[in-house]
Amino acid sequence: MVKENTFAFFLGCLMPNRYPAIEKSTKFVMQKLGYEILDMERATCCPAPGVFRSFNKGDWMVAAARNLCIAEKLDSDILTVCNGCFGTLQEVNKHLKENKEHRELVNEKLKLIGNYEFRGTIDVRHVAEVLGYEVGPWGIEDVIIRKVNARAVIHYGCHFLKPTRIREIESSEGPTIIEEFVEALGIESVRFKEQLTCCGAGGGVKAYDGTASMRIFGEKMKNIDEVKPDFILDICPFCHLQYETGQDYLNKNKSCNYDYPVIHLSQLTAYCMGMDQEFIGLQYQLMGREYIFGGEEKEEEVI
Amino acid sequence: MSENVEKYIKRKVYKSTSSRIAQKFVDAGLEKIRACINCGTCTGSCPSGRRTAYRTRSAIRRALTGDESVLKDIDIWLCSTCYYCYERCPRDIPVTDMIIKLRNIAVEEGYILDSHFGLANDIFYATGHGVPATGENNKKWRDLRESYGLPPLPPTVHSYPEAVKECQELMNAVGFRKLLDNAAKLKEERAQAAKKDKEE
Repeated sequence: MVKENTFAFFLGCLMPNRYPAIEKSTKFVMQKLGYEILDMERATCCPAPGVFRSFNKGDWMVAAARNLCIAEKLDSDILTVCNGCFGTLQEVNKHLKENKEHRELVNEKLKLIGNYEFRGTIDVRHVAEVLGYEVGPWGIEDVIIRKVNARAVIHYGCHFLKPTRIREIESSEGPTIIEEFVEALGIESVRFKEQLTCCGAGGGVKAYDGTASMRIFGEKMKNIDEVKPDFILDICPFCHLQYETGQDYLNKNKSCNYDYPVIHLSQLTAYCMGMDQEFIGLQYQLMGREYIFGGEEKEEEVI
Repeated sequence: MSENVEKYIKRKVYKSTSSRIAQKFVDAGLEKIRACINCGTCTGSCPSGRRTAYRTRSAIRRALTGDESVLKDIDIWLCSTCYYCYERCPRDIPVTDMIIKLRNIAVEEGYILDSHFGLANDIFYATGHGVPATGENNKKWRDLRESYGLPPLPPTVHSYPEAVKECQELMNAVGFRKLLDNAAKLKEERAQAAKKDKEE
């Protein structure tokens, strides 16, 4: 039996090693909501579903299974904040639960390094889905202390919803889960052209061909610039990195002048639940360093 | 799926898609590719293909019909695995998985890109992370973690050096080490041969 209201927190790479503010915010939000958050000691990279799966899918699966085993030993579902980690762990977890042959193959390999066995006892969850469906806009309203009155564009990224027949969260062509959730935080979400396409970072493209990656991203930014949002809201540290370094690249190389703050859903929720702006960490990011959340404290209801 | 369609895609003789690579697709459980009607929805949905020379339908078609030059075509590395092709395929073919498999075959035969080799070998294999926080260059990130009241290194493999070794053992056991070494070797051999050709 998995423990209730407890998550094994899968950190991944980019969040702890480049954007610790997201790690801090996620812990703050989940603990305040009454969840227990456990460390997944000795976890590795998920490994990334684009580049590492491209070398050898079987090897990728074994490395991911090792991470899954660490959470199984904690009897807790995994919580991720990254579409890449979610993509890898959710897919491998589901596949190994369903495919006995591959499960046995993977376990044979895991046995070689000691006390690891994939049993298929847990689920893998993304923070956006936990907040959007489990806590819900109805649940967050009671616990926030302030709302941010801002217009934001929402970037879903790819691996959170797609492939829909594996993720089984909601339609990838017209999702509303984040829009509905952040509405409760005072966000007006603005649609923009080609909102749901890729940021251009995944699949090893950013590592191999930065120019191609920036061509995809440049068009994305152009579409965002048309609606002039207050900030860009994402749910994935890799998209986060792309939006940060990408704007910087376009400013330096394509004579653009972008300065849109890039904010992860955890950071925004943490702010609304009372975390100081200082810990949201925009001052350490590349874009929108000066940005200060607007909005007002929620008025106490007088009974 | 109806029984007849199932039979159709699993039938053995289908000359135009029975190349060596096609067989590898089938062995990997991707026999569904035989239901492809070449409609091009994958190419039309591809955000990468719109801005580069990468064409999803064409890459897979070449693989199936035995045009092995597709393995060294660097365009197959321009897929960002965004899954639009997979989502929209009217025949329910897991198109992105086909591209991943194509890349797996390419790596097996030594067509690995330098930047990816470095990422796999110098970073992932060496540290257990894809983006590490160890090393002198990354001190600023460790300091940043501390400023948030977090330990300088996360409680992942980074805090347990013996776990890095454990992962390397695992990667050796599954053949990942060998895969990388072999790819590097084949790549080097090809570079030498090309150099010789040029000299002659």
